[in-house]
Amino acid sequence: MNLHEYQGKSLLRKYNVPVAESVLVENPEDAVAAAQELEKRTGIKIWAVKAQIHAGGRGKGGGVKIARSLEEVDTFAHQIIGMQLVTPQTSAEGKLVRKVLVEQGIYYPGPSEPKEFYFSILLNRGTSRNMIMYSPRGGMNIEEVAEETPDQIFTEEIDPKVGVLPFQCRRIAFNLGLSGEAFKNMVKFVPKLYQAYIENDATLIEINPLFKTSDDKILVVDTKMVVDNNALFRHPDIEAMRDVHEEDPMEVEAGQHNLNFVKLNGNVGCMVNGAGLAMATMDIIKFSGGDPANFLDVGGSANAKRVEEAFRIILKDPNVKAILVNIFGGIVRCDRVANGIVDAYKNIGEINLPIIVRLQGTNAEEAKEIIDNSGLKVHSAILLKEAADLITEVLAGK
Amino acid sequence: MSVLVNKDSRVIVQGFTGSEGTFHASQMIEYGTHVVGGVTPGKGGQTHLDRPVFNSVSDAVKQAGANVSLIFVPPAFAADAIMEAAEAGIEVIVCITEGIPVQDMLKVKEYLKGRPVRLIGPNCPGIITPGEAKVGIMPGFIHRKGTIGIVSRSGTLTYEAVDQVTKAGMGQSTCIGIGGDPIPGTTMKEAVELLMNDPETEGIIMIGEIGGNMEAEAAYYIRDHGTKPVVSFIAGATAPKGRTMGHAGAIIGGKDDTAEAKKKILTECGVFVVDSPADIGKKMKEILN
Repeated sequence: MNLHEYQGKSLLRKYNVPVAESVLVENPEDAVAAAQELEKRTGIKIWAVKAQIHAGGRGKGGGVKIARSLEEVDTFAHQIIGMQLVTPQTSAEGKLVRKVLVEQGIYYPGPSEPKEFYFSILLNRGTSRNMIMYSPRGGMNIEEVAEETPDQIFTEEIDPKVGVLPFQCRRIAFNLGLSGEAFKNMVKFVPKLYQAYIENDATLIEINPLFKTSDDKILVVDTKMVVDNNALFRHPDIEAMRDVHEEDPMEVEAGQHNLNFVKLNGNVGCMVNGAGLAMATMDIIKFSGGDPANFLDVGGSANAKRVEEAFRIILKDPNVKAILVNIFGGIVRCDRVANGIVDAYKNIGEINLPIIVRLQGTNAEEAKEIIDNSGLKVHSAILLKEAADLITEVLAGK
Repeated sequence: MSVLVNKDSRVIVQGFTGSEGTFHASQMIEYGTHVVGGVTPGKGGQTHLDRPVFNSVSDAVKQAGANVSLIFVPPAFAADAIMEAAEAGIEVIVCITEGIPVQDMLKVKEYLKGRPVRLIGPNCPGIITPGEAKVGIMPGFIHRKGTIGIVSRSGTLTYEAVDQVTKAGMGQSTCIGIGGDPIPGTTMKEAVELLMNDPETEGIIMIGEIGGNMEAEAAYYIRDHGTKPVVSFIAGATAPKGRTMGHAGAIIGGKDDTAEAKKKILTECGVFVVDSPADIGKKMKEILN
C-alpha cells in the first residue's frame, strides 16, 4: 500500500526521525495560518506548498511551489488544491489534488553549505534481505543517477539477525562526505529510520532529498513509503490511512467483491482464474491483435456469483469491445463454471459484446456443450490456441 | 527417479483439520500420496481422515516418520509453521499459504540457512511427481508420468503447461511450483538445477513472470551448466509498470523486471523462449524430436 508523503512523515515522527516541520491543509483558506504556525516553530519565512498525491515528479507538473511570502502561500495553496496534477508518473488526465502539505523552508543561512542526498531502505529480492541504498547525488531521479554515475550509488545489506550496525552507519556518513555534527546526526538517523521501516512492515522508504541543513541537521524533506499489503492485518492504523481517491473506482469496487483487478487501457476485457494465467491471457490478447483492458483473477473457485460480479465490472469499461473468459478447471469442474457463466449472462440481461469462453480441464467437453447449447451469443473454445484465433476473428468483426 | 517427492515420501499436513487441509489431504490420499498424518495444535491424539493428528510437527516426525510437510496454515501463523517443520527435521516443506508478510519470510530464510531442509513456496500450488506423490493442490489427473520437468511461479498457468505436455504425448518427471511471492523458499535457478541433475528428466519447462531477477539467474546457470533443453514462457509482457499483477512478486519496478528483458537474457543463454503460452508443449515436443 502506498502512503501519502504526509502519512509517511507522521509515521517517521513517531520514531523520532528528524522530519521537516509541516502542516497538512485541506482547505486553501487555512494555508496562511499553517504557514504562520510554521514560522512560529522554526523562525523561517520561506515555505514549500506540496500537493499530496500518489505519484512522483510532482514538482515537474507544478504541484510543488516555494513561497517567499504569506501572499504566495495563499496563492499557491489556491492554485494547487483542486488542480488536476499531471506528472511523468500519472495518466494524461492527471490526479485531482485534495490536500497540500505546507512545509518549512529548508534553505536558510548558516555556517555550512547545505546538501541534498538520496536515501532509501528497500527489500532486495535477490538476497532476501533489506538493503539501504544511498547517494550523495540527491534530489534527482535515482534511476538517472544509476545510469549516469553508478559509482555514486552505495548500498548496505542488513543482516536480519542484528539489524543495521554502527559501523554501517559510519560508512554511510563517510560516503556522503559528512563530518562534525552532521556526521553524528547521520549516524543517529539511520537506525531510527530502519526501526520505522521494520516496525511498520514497509517494503520501501525512499527519502529524496534527505537534507543536510546549513546548521548541520539531517532532515527528511520528501518521503515515499510503501507498506506490505500482506502485513496490514497487524497495522490497523496504517490500513486506516488508505486513500481510495488515489485508486481507480473500478478497482475499488472489484476489491469489495474480493476480485483481483487492475484496470488497463485496452479493448479486450478478460476474466481468468489464477494470476499467472491471467497475465498470460493478457499476453495472448496482445498477440491476437487486441489490447488487454484489464487484469482480473477471479480466484480458484470461479463460482457463478464471482463470475457475474466480474462480468459487471468489465462491462463498466466503455473501451471494451470483446471479453475473453479463460478458466483452467482443475479442482473446480468446467461444467460447473459453464453453468455459472450462463447464469451470470442471463442475470445481467442483454450483453451486446462478443464473448469468448475458453474452458479447459475437468469436464471441458461437457462445458463446451453447455455453452454451445445455451442459446447465448458466446463463442466457445477448449484449446488456448482456439481462443486466441477467436479473438482475432471477433476483433476483425467476423 | 524424480526430485523432491516420490512414492516413499511420508507426508504430513500442517493445518490438517481445517477445511482446505481436509479437502486437499483427501485429494492427495486419493492420488496415492503416502499421507501419514497431520498437525493441528490442541487436537493431538484425535484421528482425521483415518490418520493420526499430532500436536506438533516434532511429534509427527517422531511417531509417524514424516519427512515432507504441506502447510495450509493462515498467513499470520505460516512463518512459524515453516520454522517449526524445519526445526523438527522435515526435509521438504511445501507452503501453499498466500499472503505471508514479506518481513516474516526474511526471518524464515535466515532460520532455514544451514539446515538440511528445502522450502517450496509460499503462495504456490506445490510439487507433484506423477504416479508417485502429489504434495499440493494441483489437479492430479492432468499429469502423466514422463520425462519433462516443470518449474513455475504460477498455479493455473502451470496446469496449462502440464496439460499441453500431456496432450502432446509426453509426460512429467516432477513439477515444482515455486510460488508467486517476492521471497520464495526455492528460487527458479535452484529448481532448474534439481531437474538438470535428475537423470530421468530430459527436458525442462520454465514458466516465469515479471518482477525480480530469478529468471535471469536461472538463465546464467543454464548457459554455464545446462545439459538439457529448456523451454520458457514469461508471463506479463503486457503488464504495466509499478502495478502488482495478482502475485505479490509480479511487479515491474525497474527495467530488468520486464518480460522483454527476461526473454532477451534467456534467449542469449540458449533457452527456447516462446512468446505465446499456447506454444509451450508444442515447442518442447519439436525440440525433443
